Amino acid sequence: MNKQNCRKVYGETLVELARQDERIVALDADLSKSTMTRLLQQEFPDRFFEMGIGEQNMISTAVGLALSGKIAFANSFAVFAAGRPYDQIRVSVCIGKVNVKIIGSSCGISDFGDGATHQSIEDIAIMRAIPNMTVLSPADGIETKKMVKAAVEYKGPVYIRINRNEMPDVTDENEPFEIGKPCLIRDGSDVTVFATGYMVYKALMAAEQLQKEGISLRVINVSTLKPIDEDAIKKLADGVKGIVTAEEHSIIGGLASAVTFILRSVPLPIEAVAIKDTFGQSALDYEQLLEHYGLTDTAIIKAAKNVLK
Amino acid sequence: MPISDQKVAELEKIAKKLRYDIVLMIGAGKPGHLGGSCSIAEIVAVLYFHKMRHDPKNPEWPNRDRFLLSKGHAALTQYAALAELGYFPMEKLDTLKDLGTILQGHPEMLRVPGIEANTGSLGQGLSIACGIAMAGKLDNKDYHVYCIVGDGEIAEGQIWEASMTAACYKLDNLVAILDKNGVQATGPIVERYDTNPHPDKWKAFGWHVMEVDGHDVRQVADAVDKADRLKGKPIMIVAHTVKGKGVPFAEGKADFHHGIMTQKQYETARALFEE
Repeated sequence: MNKQNCRKVYGETLVELARQDERIVALDADLSKSTMTRLLQQEFPDRFFEMGIGEQNMISTAVGLALSGKIAFANSFAVFAAGRPYDQIRVSVCIGKVNVKIIGSSCGISDFGDGATHQSIEDIAIMRAIPNMTVLSPADGIETKKMVKAAVEYKGPVYIRINRNEMPDVTDENEPFEIGKPCLIRDGSDVTVFATGYMVYKALMAAEQLQKEGISLRVINVSTLKPIDEDAIKKLADGVKGIVTAEEHSIIGGLASAVTFILRSVPLPIEAVAIKDTFGQSALDYEQLLEHYGLTDTAIIKAAKNVLK
Repeated sequence: MPISDQKVAELEKIAKKLRYDIVLMIGAGKPGHLGGSCSIAEIVAVLYFHKMRHDPKNPEWPNRDRFLLSKGHAALTQYAALAELGYFPMEKLDTLKDLGTILQGHPEMLRVPGIEANTGSLGQGLSIACGIAMAGKLDNKDYHVYCIVGDGEIAEGQIWEASMTAACYKLDNLVAILDKNGVQATGPIVERYDTNPHPDKWKAFGWHVMEVDGHDVRQVADAVDKADRLKGKPIMIVAHTVKGKGVPFAEGKADFHHGIMTQKQYETARALFEE
């Protein structure tokens, strides 16, 4: 399986798009080496703005640039991009539907070494709660590329959370990306797994293993967390015996919340694979940390079996 | 070139009219941001009726000068100016805060022609002004960005983040005006949370600093005109003002930051401007 680092894909895509569209500018809060906006800085130094370590000011400044016709990409780690400037995103960006794109890098617990301060387990919840915000979470590099392009084409606020580490390609190169559309990745008949981000891959691994036991998983990539296509979610939950959600995020306010609310009148058991309302911590290895918080294929298998009981 | 006596008289008359509109908008028995709106009447008059290049018929004209009211609660003054200029009909002023109105308690860009950004959660407007000024530099446009901040507002840390951005990017197309009215919602700033000394702080943060009497239209006009010739640094005009200026019972009173005029006070205030 081909693997890509979504940060790198993001940085390269931004440069590619910036070559075609001179409205694109980027701001960063001293993390451009990690968010990969330094690639844009290298090619278009005038269109890159180092904002120092000040995320609130970065967001509102991005608003000023966007109000002047720019497509402003504001970048930091997800926890700082979504958390620190919450009110700036709410007031400066979202009330006025300003064309600012916020990139939350090193999302979830993907910054495994840095611990709870740098791990973002509430960003989807916070961003979903703000009216006019579009919330995206790519499953792999292929989708990241399409998503950044879609964010440029869409006029209005967008938040994209991006994983720090390499992720296997799981989406179809030829499938067009459309904001709001959940995507069938693997069909199945017993349990539907709605997954987002890296957990889509984990769900596919779970499906492979369960197939050997005669259990068939339908795996859905919910890469748009908002606006969420309720009819599509209901349709994809049709005909199975149970539902599982899987996300590298708190169980509160993310994919589990969204899906369970949409399916509230569907008489099917639902289990959520998510972080159980607790902060992260440091680990020397990403997979070890995911395992610690129960974000694994094994956890999805267990959840799927539970809903089938 | 200093402005003419005739222009001074005209701007003074406009500032008085803006205050009259503010009093009428608030009315009797309802709370409204009287104090902080009245303290900026001359500044807003000078900006919109003397200084700024703008077109009420084409509010989104790309080369317009921009005005950002970072202390968004003083929107009444800006609403009055925009209405007087014909950005929207004068009658709209009667709809302030009505359900569904364009004139919200704090300014909203998608509702009101001429409002550049949503402000009022304090501390954010100066950063937005920086972004617009940066875009102006990037696009080689010669517009100026004017931004009014409050002396209570500058307790927000984001103001100082923005002040560093403005200096760092040498935004000499950005003119900030500090409405130094000395009173925040709960009382005098020096007794509550002293943000002084203002000129020294802005100088230390890398700005050109001027000081004016914010109710003297000639001084304000001279300062914003002089700002055109200052290069290499952003410009801060510290404007000494009086909260509630022009409405004697409200002058210097924290109670009229967001106060309610009694029917009698309302009539007194109206009479002041109807003479």
